[in-house]
Amino acid sequence: MGLLRVLLLRLATTAVTLAGVAVIVFFVIRVVPGNPIAMMLPPGATDADIAQLTALYGLDKPIWQQFVIWLSGVLQGDFGTSITTRQPVLGLVLGRLPATLELSIMALVMAVVMGGLAALWGTKRRGTRVEGAIDVANGMALSVPDFLWGLVLILLFGVLVPVFHISGRVTPSLDLPFTTNFYLFESLLRLRFDLWADIVSHMFMPALALAIPLAAIIGQLLKQSLKETMHLDYVTLARTKGYGETHVILREALRNAVLPTLTLVGVQFTFLIGGTVIIERLFSYEGLGNMAIDAVINRDLPLIQGIVILFAVIFTGVNLVVDLLYAALNPRLRHA
Amino acid sequence: MLDGRGQVKRRAGLRLWLSAGWLGLLVIVAVFAPWIAPKDPLAQDLFLGRLPPFWVNGAEPGYLLGTDSLGRDVLSRIIFGARIALAVALVAGTVTCVIGAMLGLMAGFLRGWVDLVISRLIDIWMAFPPVLFSILLIAVLGPGLMSIIIAIVVIDWTRFARVVRAEAMAQGAMDYVASARVVGRGRVGTMWREILPNVLPTIVVLLTLEMGIAVIVEAILSFVNLSIATDDPTWGGMIAEGRTSVYQAWWVLVFPLVTLFLTVLAFSQLGEGLKDRFDPVLR
Repeated sequence: MGLLRVLLLRLATTAVTLAGVAVIVFFVIRVVPGNPIAMMLPPGATDADIAQLTALYGLDKPIWQQFVIWLSGVLQGDFGTSITTRQPVLGLVLGRLPATLELSIMALVMAVVMGGLAALWGTKRRGTRVEGAIDVANGMALSVPDFLWGLVLILLFGVLVPVFHISGRVTPSLDLPFTTNFYLFESLLRLRFDLWADIVSHMFMPALALAIPLAAIIGQLLKQSLKETMHLDYVTLARTKGYGETHVILREALRNAVLPTLTLVGVQFTFLIGGTVIIERLFSYEGLGNMAIDAVINRDLPLIQGIVILFAVIFTGVNLVVDLLYAALNPRLRHA
Repeated sequence: MLDGRGQVKRRAGLRLWLSAGWLGLLVIVAVFAPWIAPKDPLAQDLFLGRLPPFWVNGAEPGYLLGTDSLGRDVLSRIIFGARIALAVALVAGTVTCVIGAMLGLMAGFLRGWVDLVISRLIDIWMAFPPVLFSILLIAVLGPGLMSIIIAIVVIDWTRFARVVRAEAMAQGAMDYVASARVVGRGRVGTMWREILPNVLPTIVVLLTLEMGIAVIVEAILSFVNLSIATDDPTWGGMIAEGRTSVYQAWWVLVFPLVTLFLTVLAFSQLGEGLKDRFDPVLR
């Protein structure tokens, strides 16, 4: 009962949020100076051509009517046609989505592993120099955003010690047998480890740049809640039973300490996905974010709209899942 | 135990001084840029393109940190770039702070429909990827220093609004607020005279952090070539150029990057240091 109410309430607020996003995107883009129709036509087009195309896109109607036309299209999955490529926006955007999803998920996994290990190690060695060093590293990692970490990584592992590729998603000369755009997963499924290695070598640095700030947040919060848990009676009991420190941390304390971190990881994951926009640009990685920046530079309005709305759907979707997961895991909320 | 805590405190003090020192140096360099910079930051000389920094073979005296592909002096461009970075940090940070904190204060203390509207707006704002949002706004507003500042304000007010709202809510529930009302102070008066002073430390900390964020946003926008006129020296623009020629001339990327890195680190460490000093809530 409680869970269902949480679900319905969250679905309702999510719908309101997305509607707000749609309104803002539509009107912000309508303020753009310059006539998008003029940009779609070759030079030398007549006034009649312009009028015809304007009517076709409904741009001669009052703005609220344009909004209704556009929104009903969006709700049916019709995001219009990209001005630069003349292809349906939905297809273009969905074609790039897998690249961005793979990058974000790889970064999330790296962040959880790095942050988790830092927290566990710091808890085990609490009060020593090791913990101090971990705190300082966390502080540094947190203070500097992904964009700068990306540049530092390019210098370190792209130029100084060139071990990873610094641009692209895969070596262009390779023959790709893929039928989906999930290169990372598909290369694994097809057991093409040569391709997989090449793809990972391209993704490693952008993913690491995205992961570093999140890893620091996870490390800090998890260590803090682990240390608090270590003082609880049941942990002391486990210790008096003769279990070692590592066992106590991993088997007893971790289970109780992980919940606050989980909620935070959810929120931070959306920030990480937002970070892909500039990181993809930095590493010339062919994902949604890179496409978005090109779309803005080319004034490709329908494409910009499509990408921003897709990002908003992903953001609110992740938040929704996290909230529900939290409600499901937290007995206090479940029975409320 | 006591000794350990003292050590932590001393380290925190050092952190505060180092950050403030670096930022103070930057301010001086920015203000006196025309007198400090050894060369004209815009002067091109294709015969002096991609000169290495002074300690590398082939360096030219007078170009301490080398030149970029157009023969412009890297050090002078970094010095003049500090002007733009700090101007954006100061103006964008302050305006964002005032607007965001006001909205947060109203939402958190007045509650009711004011809170409802502002909270919903925050939710909607949080659904936009910030970098994409800022690039979109610049595309709409056209490039320029003013556009960057507007974009930062429009996007980042939620950072202040969220935190200040939560804190104003917590403060509003305290006894001293009720006493102020009993004494006969009105709602708006209580908000200004009682709540605001108590939330102020938090706001100052957030402002410091926001200045660091503004510097980064400006650099990111210059990096994607949407900041100000491409000729003007900005750290992000230099980094963008350095990124394309990183194998031929690493110094064009490294020096502006190090400067940006230290500046962002300094703002954030200053904010964290201030937080530890006088803000029990954020800590």
